[in-house]
Amino acid sequence: MTNELITASAADLAARLAAREISSAELTQACLDRTAAVDGVVHSYLHVDAEGALAAARAIDERRAARESLPTLAGVPIAVKDVMTTKGLPTTCGSKILEGWIPPYDSTVVTRLKAAGMPILGKTNLDEFAMGSSTEHSAYGPSRNPWDLDRIPGGSGGGSSSVIASFQAPLATGTDTGGSIRQPAAVTGTVGTKPTYGGVSRYGLVALASSLDQAGPCARTVLDTALLHEVMAGHDPMDSTSIDAPVPAVVEAARRADVSGMKIGIIRELTGDGFQAGVQQRFDESVQHLVDAGAEVVEVSCPSFTYALAAYYLILPSEASSNLAKFDAMRYGLRVAPHGIDDPSAEQVMAATRDAGFGDEVKRRIILGTYALSSGYYDAYYGSAQKVRRLIADDFTRAFEAADVLVSPTAPTTAFAFGDKIDDPMAMYLNDIATIPANLAGVPGMSLPSGLAPEDGLPVGFQILAPAMQDQRLYAVGAALEARLLSAWGAPLLHSAPDLTAAGKGA
Amino acid sequence: MSQATAEATLPFEEALAAYDPVLGLEVHVELGTNTKMFCGCATAFGAEPNSQVCPVCLGLPGALPVVNEKGVESAIRIGLALNCEIASWCRFARKNYFYPDMPKNFQTSQYDEPIAFNGHLDVELADGSTYRVEIERAHMEEDTGKSLHVGGSTGRIHGATHSLVDYNRAGIPLIEIVTKPMTGAGERAPEIAKAYVATLRDLLKALGVSDVKMEQGSMRCDVNLSLMPKDSTTFGIRSETKNVNSLRSVERAVRYEIGRHAAILSSGGKVTQETRHWHEDTGITTAGREKSDAEDYRYFPEPDLVPVAPSAETVEALRATLPEPPAARRKRLQSAWGYSDLEMRDVVNAALVDLIDETVTAGASPAGARKWWSGEIARRANDAGSDVPTYAASLAVTPAHVVELESLVTGGRLNDAMARQVWDGVLAGEGTPTAVADARGLELVQDTGALQAAVDKVIAANPDVAQKVRDGKVQAAGALIGQVMKEMKGQADAAAARQLILDSLTN
Ligand SMILES: [Zn+2]
Repeated sequence: MTNELITASAADLAARLAAREISSAELTQACLDRTAAVDGVVHSYLHVDAEGALAAARAIDERRAARESLPTLAGVPIAVKDVMTTKGLPTTCGSKILEGWIPPYDSTVVTRLKAAGMPILGKTNLDEFAMGSSTEHSAYGPSRNPWDLDRIPGGSGGGSSSVIASFQAPLATGTDTGGSIRQPAAVTGTVGTKPTYGGVSRYGLVALASSLDQAGPCARTVLDTALLHEVMAGHDPMDSTSIDAPVPAVVEAARRADVSGMKIGIIRELTGDGFQAGVQQRFDESVQHLVDAGAEVVEVSCPSFTYALAAYYLILPSEASSNLAKFDAMRYGLRVAPHGIDDPSAEQVMAATRDAGFGDEVKRRIILGTYALSSGYYDAYYGSAQKVRRLIADDFTRAFEAADVLVSPTAPTTAFAFGDKIDDPMAMYLNDIATIPANLAGVPGMSLPSGLAPEDGLPVGFQILAPAMQDQRLYAVGAALEARLLSAWGAPLLHSAPDLTAAGKGA
Repeated sequence: MSQATAEATLPFEEALAAYDPVLGLEVHVELGTNTKMFCGCATAFGAEPNSQVCPVCLGLPGALPVVNEKGVESAIRIGLALNCEIASWCRFARKNYFYPDMPKNFQTSQYDEPIAFNGHLDVELADGSTYRVEIERAHMEEDTGKSLHVGGSTGRIHGATHSLVDYNRAGIPLIEIVTKPMTGAGERAPEIAKAYVATLRDLLKALGVSDVKMEQGSMRCDVNLSLMPKDSTTFGIRSETKNVNSLRSVERAVRYEIGRHAAILSSGGKVTQETRHWHEDTGITTAGREKSDAEDYRYFPEPDLVPVAPSAETVEALRATLPEPPAARRKRLQSAWGYSDLEMRDVVNAALVDLIDETVTAGASPAGARKWWSGEIARRANDAGSDVPTYAASLAVTPAHVVELESLVTGGRLNDAMARQVWDGVLAGEGTPTAVADARGLELVQDTGALQAAVDKVIAANPDVAQKVRDGKVQAAGALIGQVMKEMKGQADAAAARQLILDSLTN
């Protein structure tokens, strides 16, 4: 019974909760039991709130018993990426500098999860301040890929991807600045969406790069992802960049799963060279599935994508260097007294704290960004990067004149092994080559599993990109592909993942 | 008292014989909006420290700013009143630097895209001439918190053992108004500086955008000054004297800096580009932070805010709300009221223009309005350390009271001496002028029989004086009038008494 509850889809669980076949308390307890069994090896969580989750679950059960009409996902538990503030629950962003900080307020996303009646299981691991593609940059140690514990679960949202891939939670939230939802989804065989920029409020999201960050849903099926997307999205007056328009009809699109007559654009610059053979193979097969489902395939060219990575690694560090300036030991978080100074000044305490509290990757990007924004260099670096950003947006505009959605592999490779790229930032950055353009242009993107690479048996991600505010197209295409793949596989991909409880006992 | 010692200065006339001053003024004005620039916190002055704060203005991780529309409107109105062009599209920018009283370690400001630019303000000088101050820009920004340095002798950070920070001020909307360099002012530079700040203060007050209280810091002035040799057109190195916070100090600081620069230059020295502290008590400036043009705030467009793009209609609608410029209004009212230049200046200095305007509009004569508002009540207001409008408001004494009082005199019920008694009663809170007159039994005796009887009695009692009058020494009647008024207990019309006496003695 317990095993079956933790592998069920959120849509299925929601239906059974609504029918009062199961209780939220029972479901939440099943998730917590699973965490107790496997998180010792997976390390998805930085903080588990068993008591709070169960209290919220019982409250929903009571309301349901009182015949209250409840939101669709009421009672379905969820894990929250530890970059979103949670009132009364620690929020560390994977950094030592925020160790022990308990926010006095909820992020808008968390407020909406609570309003939807979703018990919050805990806070998931991430690369420090969401800077990374592997969780190896978390100050609290990496999360592991349930498919192979020696491999990365993706990053920065490796805690959220592994928490659902290891069946500790049916749903999780993520944030995606350059692929932090989509790449972890790809390497763990799960689904994740980066909505249109402004589609989900950033209020209470500890900012990495304000103009690129976007929160979104992580789940095991396309429909579950849509259901969570609908809960998270919508205008928020607390976020000036939030779009004041109705949320695209993502759930409806996921349920209809209709691609007949749609034009699918293959991005020439994001296939072939540089992509692992098995990744390319699964991608090509998926495209064929979409053709079989009634879609038409066209090839599009986005020449400026070549410069996306370079532009991204100027804009992101620039904004991050400023966003992270607030961590100064004055008002919250870590405070370190400098060594050998009797009566340190505020500035000396700031410097000592930032030195001790930030990890290498964070320091690297702060230094990069500080340099790029410096007078005399601004035009050459930040200014040029903004121009490239406009060219990339133009490429998207042209491509979307020829195609309704664009597709590519989500990441060039399957999950790499821990330590493989940690000393080579450029190699690590290149892992995000296919996901970054969407962030630069603000368009929505989804990753869903397209199978296992024959050469290593690891999950491969298929990326779908749509024009801004056309997020529903991701779900139409994603659900259609998922249905075809599922009937080809005979069972969800994750069912062929290794048994973690055995590993848990061994560890 | 300041510990600093004065530097050498050249006498003012000597300095101006050799050098031309170049003056620039930067004025920061706190807007009188009910809420802060980027959050909903209150802005009341003098509240309990850190009682008007929230995640946004404390710079907590995840918090986001939202622009206060009222603040933008005020900025546009200020720009229009300063004859500026208004940007049809502009952005906020981050000014990055570390300081403990700045919660985010960047100030949200504007950089190369100010909301208002290229304006001017005409300033009237004592000799009746007008000097046009060119305005470079007016831009929006947020105030910082306020540090209180404890344990040192100077209240400055050096020597202090620790500092306390009050973030109530952090995020209060500021408008920074920057002049273009003013040349050709010569020996009038100190007067122009003072007159500009005074004119600007009046203008902002008339706009109703700020309470412009220099002593409370809601209007703060920085004085930039450099000298160039008489025959030169190349600006010298400037000093930037910070926080010169009274009109008199503005004048004194300019004068002092002219003398100090001249002393340095005439002895072959080089002025240091630096900020200077102004010492109100000793009237000198002392060196602050050394400044270079290369000071790098790494400005970049604020990605958390959307651009400000007021439509032409919005700007025109705001233009329609502009009050008559104070100088033009003063000219119009002076001519309408028939005041002499001296009278008008007294009225302006006593902040009585609005009150007199209201009183005249309500039906009083301009002479009467001036007489009653600048007499006894002004003396009492001064004793109370207040101005007349504030003091009158605290007593609930209104223009209507003056109108009523004056009508009691013109209607013949009261003479001037009685009216003064009634006014005292009104100021003492005894009620309206009529009520006071009734209660105190003040009324001119209109009954000529009673007056004639008193005249007869006084003539009979003073035969010598009466004879002098009969002999043609009409001025001797004064003594008799006094006695008649005494006999009538003051409740007689002195002119009528005089006429009756003359009639009785000359016929
Ligand atoms: Zn606030």
